[in-house]
Amino acid sequence: MAKNLYNKVFEKHTVKKLSSGQYQLFMGLHMIHEVTSPQAFDMIKERGLNVRYPHRTFATVDHIIPTDNQVRPLRDTMAEEMFNALEKNTAANGIEFFNTSTGKQGIVHIIAPEQGLTQPGMTICCGDSHTSTHGAFGSLAFGIGTSQVRDVLATQTLAAAKLKVRRVEINGTLGAGVYAKDVALFIINRLGVKGGVGFAYEYAGEVFDNMSMDERMTVCNMAIEGGARIGYVNPDQTTYDYLSGKPYAPSADKMDEAIAYWESIKSDKDAEYDDVVVYNAADIEPFVTWGIAPDQSVAVNAELPKEEDFSVNDKPLIKEAYEYMAFTPGEKLIGKDVDVAFIGSCTNGRLSDFEEVIDLIKDSDLTVPSTVKALIVPGSQEVRQELIRKGYDKIFEDKGFEFREAGCSMCLAMNPDKLIGNQICASTSNRNFKGRQGSSTGRTLLMSPAMVAAAALTGKVVDARETFSIG
Amino acid sequence: MNSSSITKITGTGIAVRGNDIDTDRIIPARFLTKITFEGLGAEAFADDRKQLADKGETHPFDQEAHKNSNILLVNKNFGCGSSREHAPQAIKRHGIDCIIGESYSEIFFGNNVSIGVPCLKVSESDIALLQNKCESEPTCDFSVDLETLEIKAGELSVKAEFPEGARQQFIGGTWDVTAELLQNDTDITATANDLPYFNHWQ
Ligand code: SF4
Repeated sequence: MAKNLYNKVFEKHTVKKLSSGQYQLFMGLHMIHEVTSPQAFDMIKERGLNVRYPHRTFATVDHIIPTDNQVRPLRDTMAEEMFNALEKNTAANGIEFFNTSTGKQGIVHIIAPEQGLTQPGMTICCGDSHTSTHGAFGSLAFGIGTSQVRDVLATQTLAAAKLKVRRVEINGTLGAGVYAKDVALFIINRLGVKGGVGFAYEYAGEVFDNMSMDERMTVCNMAIEGGARIGYVNPDQTTYDYLSGKPYAPSADKMDEAIAYWESIKSDKDAEYDDVVVYNAADIEPFVTWGIAPDQSVAVNAELPKEEDFSVNDKPLIKEAYEYMAFTPGEKLIGKDVDVAFIGSCTNGRLSDFEEVIDLIKDSDLTVPSTVKALIVPGSQEVRQELIRKGYDKIFEDKGFEFREAGCSMCLAMNPDKLIGNQICASTSNRNFKGRQGSSTGRTLLMSPAMVAAAALTGKVVDARETFSIG
Repeated sequence: MNSSSITKITGTGIAVRGNDIDTDRIIPARFLTKITFEGLGAEAFADDRKQLADKGETHPFDQEAHKNSNILLVNKNFGCGSSREHAPQAIKRHGIDCIIGESYSEIFFGNNVSIGVPCLKVSESDIALLQNKCESEPTCDFSVDLETLEIKAGELSVKAEFPEGARQQFIGGTWDVTAELLQNDTDITATANDLPYFNHWQ
């Protein structure tokens, strides 16, 4: 019977059916970081268990690490304690830790692909919901809680239920100035934040075929914002080219064998899906969120929705969003003042994201006005090094951006990078929840790196296509 | 291990109304820089509580009448957002033993199973009845029966939905799955050896 990738990879990794009716699923790659792992290590210790396969778990430090000064001990003693715990736990259990001293540290969802750890046909988990990012390679990758981190450490397996699969197909070509981030926001806008609950999303169609790996990662990253725990793209030559030569990817003489496996787990041509939606790339515009949930978004030039456009059930949340954001239904976001601009995170903190921005700003006469704090936060030390090698750090600084060290930074502000009061932040991150960026009244507008760059340089929400004469 | 059978939960209800209440609202990230889950109970809904207090209102988690309530009543897509178990842990450590709502994010639901807190689903009209009930009569006795999937609150009785697998885990005391996973060690080894990439393609 023709199968999709989800079912093939799930079956390949099924250990046993459990008494609950769930499946015991083997985890090919387990990534850990400092926030969700210390409690899990304590739990296995309490129960007298060992790490089953230390060579299939890798660690990094990202959430709590400051991006201005990473000298140890960290100024925040609690952050230092978390950092310490991870160093101890990984050393004691023989787990490789991409510590800051290795030059390979960074946001967990950026470094695993960068090191070639993330590969097609794998099951991948991490105590972090944006693990969906790794699905860009044709793997089943999903976030887990700390009790499951415990289970994976102890057994390299976890209990999982089978999801349904929805194929999200987008055909045609994206317009100039429309990016992968806009595709991600568009899908969430159409299907809603609850639309993906119970589903894995298979992203397909010309738009995804033509995307780079970095772009595919941006879209898969935000599958979870649409409620889908997993998002994936079938692997192809773009995937194999990306992996070739990466430290943990198959060596040249093993590549044919690897590609044969990767090809075998692709969705069959006539594979069945539980649901299919098809969109046209021409309908996708640069998107901006205006509210407190990632589906509260509009095309940059559109008017904000009226309360009466929503169902009775959704009205209270819409009202709450308008109250919190202090925006008015029917007005436009264009022209709104911006206090902070943040380019980084596991959604848009890869090399190509910053290269794109450099391309746009380098010939512009504009510089960041004094009213705006603009942060460039590379997703990994390797991304940062590469930007420096190309001299881009200088360009960013000349234009008035702060060029920081690698980490999660202002995406969730478990580190010193935080909004103050009700500041408005144009952000390339993935969540605009209340209080997400560190101030309980802070306001987040999610958008693409190009749009954030334009907001940084003008101090306002603008259409980047006009600011930079794109297209 | 830690698992014990859970078949019936009794106590009083507490309603936190609203759709799409995300994990950052349940426990704001700035409270998470610590290596244990201890003390998270006190910080549950910290920002929402403060914002209401500033407006002169009182969040249910601060209401004297609900100080000992242990059955949380919520609306749609509760617990969306992060996979961090800190959110269910904060709620549990605040004293909640069971959640009743219209729907949940999947990761949140699963995390609650693994810490022994069942999240039951009821219809929109039934949750409204239950929420109204506990707000108008905070001392009203609630009972949740996982055998019959019946929820009682005073004269009210509503039917709940709960996935059969998870129901069996609670009743059988196997919601902490580690023990069962460990039992299948031979199968784990066999699955591992069958994966071409298992030893980094060496
Ligand atoms: S960048 Fe943001 S979303 Fe990504 S792992 Fe870090 S905190 Fe989570």
